[in-house]
Amino acid sequence: MNPMRMRIAADGATPFRASRRVFLQSVAAAGAGFSLAIFLGDAAAQMSAPGRTQGAPAPGGFAPNAYLKIGADSSVTVVVKHLEMGQGTYTGLPTLVAEELDAAWSQVRVEGAPADNKLYNNLLWGPAQGTGGSTAMANSFDQYRQAGAAARAMLVGAAAQAWNVPASSVQIKNGVVFHANGGKASFGELAEAAAKQPVPANVKVKDAADFVYIGKHVPRTDSKAKANGTAMFTQDVKLENLLTAVVAHPPRFGQKVKSFDAAGVQNLPGVRYVVEVPNGVAVVATNFWSAKSGRDALKVEWDETTGFKASSSEIMAEFKRLAATPGKSAKSEGDAGKAIEAASKKFEAAFEFPFLAHAAMEPMNCVVRLDADRCEVWNGEQFHTVDQAAIAKVVGLRPDQVTINMLFAGGSFGRRANPASDFVIEAASIAQALASIGQRGVPVKLVWTREDDMKAGYYRPAYYHTLKAGLDAAGNVVGWQHTIVGQSIVSGTPFEAMLVKDGIDATSVEGAANLPYAIPNLSVSLHSPNVGVPVLWWRSVGSTHTAYSTETFIDELAVASGKDPVAFRKALLAKHPRHLAALELAADKAGWDKPLAPGREGEKRGRGVAVHESFNTMVAEVAEVTIDRNGKWKVDRVVCAVHCGIAVNPDIVRAQMEGGIGFGLSAALHSAITLKDGLVQQSNFHDYPALRIHEMPAIEVYIVPSTDKPSGVGEPGVPVIAPAVANALAAATGKRIRTLPLANV
Amino acid sequence: MPTFFVNGMLVDITASVPPDTPLLWILRDNLNLTGTKYGCGIAQCGACTVHIDGKPARSCVVPLSSIKTGVEVTTIEGLRTSQARAVQAAWEKLDVPQCGYCQSGQVMSAAALLARKKSPTDADIDAAMAGNVCRCATYVRIRAAIKEAAGALVKAAASDVLDAQLAHRGAGAVGLADADQSPAVLAQRNA
Repeated sequence: MNPMRMRIAADGATPFRASRRVFLQSVAAAGAGFSLAIFLGDAAAQMSAPGRTQGAPAPGGFAPNAYLKIGADSSVTVVVKHLEMGQGTYTGLPTLVAEELDAAWSQVRVEGAPADNKLYNNLLWGPAQGTGGSTAMANSFDQYRQAGAAARAMLVGAAAQAWNVPASSVQIKNGVVFHANGGKASFGELAEAAAKQPVPANVKVKDAADFVYIGKHVPRTDSKAKANGTAMFTQDVKLENLLTAVVAHPPRFGQKVKSFDAAGVQNLPGVRYVVEVPNGVAVVATNFWSAKSGRDALKVEWDETTGFKASSSEIMAEFKRLAATPGKSAKSEGDAGKAIEAASKKFEAAFEFPFLAHAAMEPMNCVVRLDADRCEVWNGEQFHTVDQAAIAKVVGLRPDQVTINMLFAGGSFGRRANPASDFVIEAASIAQALASIGQRGVPVKLVWTREDDMKAGYYRPAYYHTLKAGLDAAGNVVGWQHTIVGQSIVSGTPFEAMLVKDGIDATSVEGAANLPYAIPNLSVSLHSPNVGVPVLWWRSVGSTHTAYSTETFIDELAVASGKDPVAFRKALLAKHPRHLAALELAADKAGWDKPLAPGREGEKRGRGVAVHESFNTMVAEVAEVTIDRNGKWKVDRVVCAVHCGIAVNPDIVRAQMEGGIGFGLSAALHSAITLKDGLVQQSNFHDYPALRIHEMPAIEVYIVPSTDKPSGVGEPGVPVIAPAVANALAAATGKRIRTLPLANV
Repeated sequence: MPTFFVNGMLVDITASVPPDTPLLWILRDNLNLTGTKYGCGIAQCGACTVHIDGKPARSCVVPLSSIKTGVEVTTIEGLRTSQARAVQAAWEKLDVPQCGYCQSGQVMSAAALLARKKSPTDADIDAAMAGNVCRCATYVRIRAAIKEAAGALVKAAASDVLDAQLAHRGAGAVGLADADQSPAVLAQRNA
């Protein structure tokens, strides 16, 4: 054996093309280096243009519209306008096209769409291209099916012409175009002729009865690449002469740089430049470790007269004070105050919710190359046109001069869709700073460390809720009074006009103001104080707190009225058949009508239920918990039922429920970002723990059969688990937990 | 500075490379082996898991200075064991990944587990996989896929015995022609 030998010196990442050549040469010489060479060969093909949308199809192919291309090789490339961050867009949207085309699934390829809010507008909340609010499938369902149907009509038209038969007699099955008289052709063979067919103005999409993919099992397009390490994330982008930037950020939100001393840093191995950017000082180096070492060695003096200096305990105290004062009305039916006053039993509860970090596995990052008249970006982009405009402003170009190449995102949970474009602007600012010192055109990858990511803000806001309710002598809920205190997420952003009405941020009260239960006197009021902590939507947004307060409180009322929690809810949901369907399915599959099996000696067991709507999807979950004699507890089993209209890919729906339950449970068990004198107290997974495999319950997911149009599934599984678990704990112990995260009981 | 193997390639580090550089960044920035991910930098999340002499290790906390000369580092790109193939096939079959960022590390830990335990129990899986965080919480499928892979390996072992018996009788060859085996694997086996 004569293994390939590689010498690594301090300065510089190995130039990619050269190393590839070396590897390939070594193939002939030595077996041992062979497997590596093969891998790098594949990677090199990707890296020639990572994430880049290839534009027009190759000669011999055709693109009937902006959503798909058919190649001379019969490949069907679906241009997906939404970010793939795990929720399955790179499988679900291609499924819609393949369905209408009757393509074979093996023909399907996927490309991320470039930023363009005319072609790729989010039809539910545009004008903007972006992914969020569990809208990817809901807003694409008709659009991508029609795109596929148009391509189908053109292929059929070309075949009909070639075979001189009526178009209505041409069929397509599993990617083969054929006719009863023996005519047979592949998509590739027809592509050139199909391109000359008129693009149909109106196309009919299939009836549900004819679906071959929708509602059936279709494997994910990205599983293989994600299981063998070849899937490309922003973190993995390699470009010629690429530099890496790590930034010293201010310790407090809004704090400014007073001065910095780069002496000694610029001489460190690999470090090239130290540049000031709006939110700190960037150390730019040939590789990550050099940039990070430089950043850590950098001496920055921060302006102590600036920055947010409060502690989270002070913030919560102020929220409590506000809750006792009248807020803005988000909902008012009847007279809740009077009804509760007159009730025979009165109930009150107050809830505290901490700030939460998204803590996606891939810390935030972005690659930017700024040339004279053009800026190219590589990003797991969740907010295409918002970020495009923000970058254009920073670098002094028009938005159409900013090209965004799509990579997979290593999670996001909302973090990569920031109206403030924080880390994206930071990357662009570094590229701009490099340009100003003569380094225009040098690509730079901004990498946040986990600590940078966790301390950067844009958290799920902290919230304080109070709830009051009254029961009459028969145990009916006669009044419900809900007060919510917490920062507005959209105030001051471009989304304010759409989401703030009469001073009410819809994202603060969703799940509370639309409480489905039939309660005659109901009021919901809101306080939206300004706090200097940057906040953002976090997977399932307002429902992350409203589902908890409403579903644990309604449970408390059910128990107090002596009724079964499922029966109690059902009686109040008569006008909400989708909620009812989910609730009944979950209760049935969980065996709610049978007693929960007892634990071992000294153990207590409990079972709890919750049902909640978010993003037009209803989810019910039944959780079973076991508490040991020391008060340590574990969620053993969760039975989940989801009503999301047509389940385009049932297995992905199940995966999103499983993952959503795990994500919600992670926060419920462990998560809190706290501030002391304005300093974020958490920094990494040791003090902001994430759920691990031994804490994951067994999960069963059931889908309510439906012919309704699809609604989202990325978020709605999340908010239901914490109240279901809290209700299970209460069933076991009688104790209601109203401060999150849940502690030992 | 040490010389060691990465996926069979001899890597020679010059003295000018800072000795505190973690192996993770040598893999990612110098060797372009980007399948191994950065997640936390403090051995809390497992996204950077590689095998060092066959044992799982968090490459983000392995400074160059601690690497012994001659050790064999295996990354996701160089993983070629039967356990790894079974794990990756099960990952695909059950569509385990969601965002996928942690999955290289999950696969490395799972392959190491199966190399050590043929039929891991739930407790074995918890112990071996608890160091690998998945924020998408794909844990239900990770557990199922490890069991699926273990089952497939047991079956394959049984059929290897059969193959060997057939080969002994001159009636057939060991199955080298699996459709999805990469040429690299064939070349190594032939070498």
